[in-house]
Amino acid sequence: MAEEIILLDYWASMFGMRTRIALEEKGVKYEYREEDLSNKSPLLLEMNPIHKKIPVLIHKGKPICESIIQVQYIDELWPDSNPILPSDPYQRAQARFWADYIDKKTYVPCKALWSETGEKQEAAKMEFIEVLKTLDSELGDKSFFGGNKFGLVDIAFIGFYSWFRTYEEVANLTIVAKFPKLISWAQRCLKRESVAKALPDSDKVLKSVSDHRKIVLGIDEFHV
Amino acid sequence: MANLPILLDYWPSMFGMRARVALREKGVEFEYREEDFSNKSALLLQSNPIHKKIPVLIHNGKPVCESLNVVQYVDEAWPEKNPFFPSDPYGRAQARFWADFVDKKFADAQFKIWGKKGEEQEAGKKEFIEAVKILEAELGDKPYFGGDSFGYVDISLITFSSWFQAYEKFGNFSIESESPKLIAWAKRCMEKESVSKSLPDSEKIVAYAAEYRKNNL
Repeated sequence: MAEEIILLDYWASMFGMRTRIALEEKGVKYEYREEDLSNKSPLLLEMNPIHKKIPVLIHKGKPICESIIQVQYIDELWPDSNPILPSDPYQRAQARFWADYIDKKTYVPCKALWSETGEKQEAAKMEFIEVLKTLDSELGDKSFFGGNKFGLVDIAFIGFYSWFRTYEEVANLTIVAKFPKLISWAQRCLKRESVAKALPDSDKVLKSVSDHRKIVLGIDEFHV
Repeated sequence: MANLPILLDYWPSMFGMRARVALREKGVEFEYREEDFSNKSALLLQSNPIHKKIPVLIHNGKPVCESLNVVQYVDEAWPEKNPFFPSDPYGRAQARFWADFVDKKFADAQFKIWGKKGEEQEAGKKEFIEAVKILEAELGDKPYFGGDSFGYVDISLITFSSWFQAYEKFGNFSIESESPKLIAWAKRCMEKESVSKSLPDSEKIVAYAAEYRKNNL
């Protein structure tokens, strides 16, 4: 029976990826609709009038906005398959804390990493390195952020992995060499079908950003 | 006998107040500890090394940080009394959305009104009034944002009402004339003991904000 789920999304959005992963984890069928962020659809503007952003999850005609809220919603609707949040209140609070940390600390610098140059980009680089250091420390020797099971925090951060190559190239950041634990973690997550399906090719992201920078900023990253 | 939960807090913080209201709604006795921001306690720095901010709820020796996170935790750790969320997933998602809206749009705007001056303050006022009108539309004719019962969104927003007088004084405008429904809602919430006990006097907040402006602007 069709659940009538529509996801308004943008292929390269690490936020949209979260919702895609959650839906795939639960084995839920949905209709993916690509939004042109320079020409947002009337449906997007109608369903998310407050923020006008993707992803927007539309379930039986009713919108749910904000990616972490969508992931929790999906988890509550289909609680039996692949639970995303743990059942213990303290563990749940920890998961929410780290998902919130990722949201609070990555949104601004990650945008600046690919859209800025000079000082602004440098400042963003410092901020993002701090985030990576903190997450690396929080992950420790665990398989996933929540311990043995793939969960909310993994879903919250894994999408950024598809942008690592872009950050390394356009912002001259060293990530793979400096954070082997995080890279192992990402590879571990990618073994899950939900993640492999949801994440775009890293090179595709890099090409898209490089093209943008060429057009908008007049920068050609690939001078030999 | 188990130790009381400890709340590391700061009396004028509308974020700290959320935790107080949540605990009182559940009838949970707790130990309130005032933090001095110029000299943060070792316990605070140890319990919240990432943000170093209040409120922090320490329950069974384990810290929970970020006010909305604390409120959700309190709801889940003491589930029997006064649930903060409806039981249906869509209602819960909506509650989370609106509390997030309060944090994203309302909180930033209100700070500019009492914490800034000139153009920044004017911009803050504009954003604040916009946010107030959106919230008023969302409230509609319901007694609470949660519907018939006081809930998560009410908790996330009501604590700012202790600052309304300060916004009006320093922003030079009347919140009631912009949104009578919101003022009526705030009065309704203040009838609850969990709220009235947790919010400081508006005059004390006005004095606090005046001092801040004297020292910073």
